[in-house]
Amino acid sequence: MFMHIDWVHFTPWSALAGGIFIGLAAAWLLIIDGRVLGASGIFAGLVAPRRGDLAWRLALIFGLIVSPFLAAVLFGTVGAGVSAEIPTLIVAGLLVGFGTRLGKGCTSGHGVCGLARLSSRSAAATAAFMASGFLTIFITRHLLS
Amino acid sequence: MAILSPLIAGLIFGLGLCLSGMIDPRKVLAFLDLAGDWDPSLALVMGGAVTVAFVAFRVAGRRASSLAGRAFELPTTTTIDAKLLGGAVIFGVGWGLVGLCPAPAIVNIGFFDARALLFVLAMAAGLKACDVLFSLRTGAPDLRASSPGDGAE
Repeated sequence: MFMHIDWVHFTPWSALAGGIFIGLAAAWLLIIDGRVLGASGIFAGLVAPRRGDLAWRLALIFGLIVSPFLAAVLFGTVGAGVSAEIPTLIVAGLLVGFGTRLGKGCTSGHGVCGLARLSSRSAAATAAFMASGFLTIFITRHLLS
Repeated sequence: MAILSPLIAGLIFGLGLCLSGMIDPRKVLAFLDLAGDWDPSLALVMGGAVTVAFVAFRVAGRRASSLAGRAFELPTTTTIDAKLLGGAVIFGVGWGLVGLCPAPAIVNIGFFDARALLFVLAMAAGLKACDVLFSLRTGAPDLRASSPGDGAE
């Protein structure tokens, strides 16, 4: 198999540093609050709330939403811009919401925390969504267009 | 304060997503597109994050409770079943279509991106649909069970 690495757009250092930040966020929430950092599960608790379980989720999601302001100051980050067509966005959003609810986790819950816990269940989920993501873009970019 | 530390966790998480470039759907899609001009950045993001989180879970494993005095809420399910794999595959299709997974989509709302907001609203509708479908089929809302899921439910 011949792979062509895009050296121009590959950003190893900021990727690694950003990854370490994400790991630190997971460490923070675990060590201080005893909770696992999984974005889809935390978000789900806002959409289908349980009594007495809302405030910390709102706070964490609020932190995510205001983080760009801090990132702009610290790293000079500017918005990348979501450019997908509206119908594609809606379909993809529905699939991501449905799939992460059914599979109980996303890139952070299964992909980061699950792998870090050495959970074979999360490893299987991560392999499945990675494979499905690879296949999806192969079909849309190389077979259909 | 029970909400201050989750707020800080969200901030650090968001900073990591911004710094790593994972808020940019094009960069995520460039990782998923193995047959195109491949950008391996996402693998390094995950590698860095998993390594730090691995140490954190080791530390947590040696403690009786969290610093805030709460018991650790760790996932207890270990079965690999059709729901897990089917859900992950469905999630992967949505991820591969646009290049957004839940956390980066939410962060992009902070850049006043209306399309990100639309995506997040669709995500909410999708998870509601899952709850409705599965509570109808099984007669019990097992997805809202009280035990924590892998995704920190």
